[in-house]
Amino acid sequence: MTVEVTKNEEVFLDAAQTGAMIQTMANSVIEQHPNPKKLAVIGIQQKGVLVADAIKVKLERQWPAIELVSGVLDIGMYRDDLSANPTPTLQPTLIPEHLEELDLVLVDDVLQSGRTIRAALDALRDFGRPRRIQLAVLFDRGQRRLPIQPDYVGRRVDLRDEQFIVVKSLEEVGELEVYLTLK
Amino acid sequence: MTWKRKHLLDIHSLSKEEILTVLDTAKGFKQVGRRSIKKVPALRGKTVVNLFVEPSTRTRISFELAAQRLAADIVNFTAEASSFKKGETLKDTAKILEALSADIVIIRHSSAGAPHFLSRVVDASLVNAGDGAHAHPTQALLDLFTMREKVGDIAGKKVTILGDILFSRVARSNIWGLLKLGAEVTLCGPPTLVPKSLESMGCNVTYNIKEAISDADFINLLRIQHERQRHSMFPSLGEYSKLFGLNKERLAWARPDAVIMHPGPVNRGVEIDSEIADSDRSVILDQVTNGLAVRMAVLFLVSGGEPTKETLVKS
Repeated sequence: MTVEVTKNEEVFLDAAQTGAMIQTMANSVIEQHPNPKKLAVIGIQQKGVLVADAIKVKLERQWPAIELVSGVLDIGMYRDDLSANPTPTLQPTLIPEHLEELDLVLVDDVLQSGRTIRAALDALRDFGRPRRIQLAVLFDRGQRRLPIQPDYVGRRVDLRDEQFIVVKSLEEVGELEVYLTLK
Repeated sequence: MTWKRKHLLDIHSLSKEEILTVLDTAKGFKQVGRRSIKKVPALRGKTVVNLFVEPSTRTRISFELAAQRLAADIVNFTAEASSFKKGETLKDTAKILEALSADIVIIRHSSAGAPHFLSRVVDASLVNAGDGAHAHPTQALLDLFTMREKVGDIAGKKVTILGDILFSRVARSNIWGLLKLGAEVTLCGPPTLVPKSLESMGCNVTYNIKEAISDADFINLLRIQHERQRHSMFPSLGEYSKLFGLNKERLAWARPDAVIMHPGPVNRGVEIDSEIADSDRSVILDQVTNGLAVRMAVLFLVSGGEPTKETLVKS
């Protein structure tokens, strides 16, 4: 395994538990999207991309004949705290064409204040007008600062402020593990 | 790495990692330029001033467009139309701009060190758009970006800079940037414009153009700045062209995959033949496109930077 566990870090969910959670999320997506050709899965850089890829694998298993549309989105240029914080490192953004015909499922690892999703919605608007946008998050830790709610949630968690969720990829086996770390 | 600088004053003081951070950030902004909506809200509500005490068109419009694409407000302040003619000092001008709440001041000045001076007397971020013969950091960064786009890592690549080097801030900033990223730099041109002493920076100096270009990965041609005092440096443009101009015959000495660069404006028929400037060997127009992306990255990064100790000392 390539995952390194650093000090103050403990396994929260192992690969099997995380995989089961993602399967449940994928099942809900399948239920709500009878036409996979109109669906696109968009991961938010960087950890949301890992979760989006994992969901995509499950969806493609369900729809083997379909090449699922997907993309990645970096929200660095759309943050509203740029002057208060050091500028973030930008990661690639790749958004599918013809958004107006697509239902997007925007994927992130953890939802808290909702500000990242606000930035992601602003960013998507610059690419076009998707038919619909839904939100899938692996963890919802509450404490929202904006009126934004997820459509698909892996698990709702109640954590102390100094606890952070870290999603790591086990590259050889293409599965995810989740760790808890202290700030 | 996280960018911490509030100013971009020169290349010399940047680390290799900082240079790479700018170049990687610029990749993201180049993507923005390909969208149908080419604007992002990163600097919304910020005020950027183009303080161009020395004339410039392309660098100024490149910065202007960069600021606009980041949704900042931009004001152009040029020497011809400004209060410098009425005797205002540079410091007073900058203070006035600050009183108008400028967040970023982009300065071009004929005196080396002018941006460094201003960075110590105003609170705004300073970006050097060329100061005398000292530095032109964004030109060097866009050249490095263009090279990396062609070959990936430029460590170990051979870059020849040909032409007016002694008084060239473009050359100086390029040399520092290239050396920091591990490229091998060769300088060539008339001895009066390419003093042997430049070897002390860590580059090779040769006066033999064949030797200079024969194994180069990149040939960067610098403009002969004939509007400046060059009469004492070489007899005529015709003679320069004859001895050092890049023509078809000389290009045959270079490797078939050698890339031709030029910061512009091009003096066709002097440092480069039209045919070569317009050929697919030249990346002159890519440099212009990349310049916009690199300048967006610089404005984006410095806007989130913190003042360093040095700049906190007010004079």
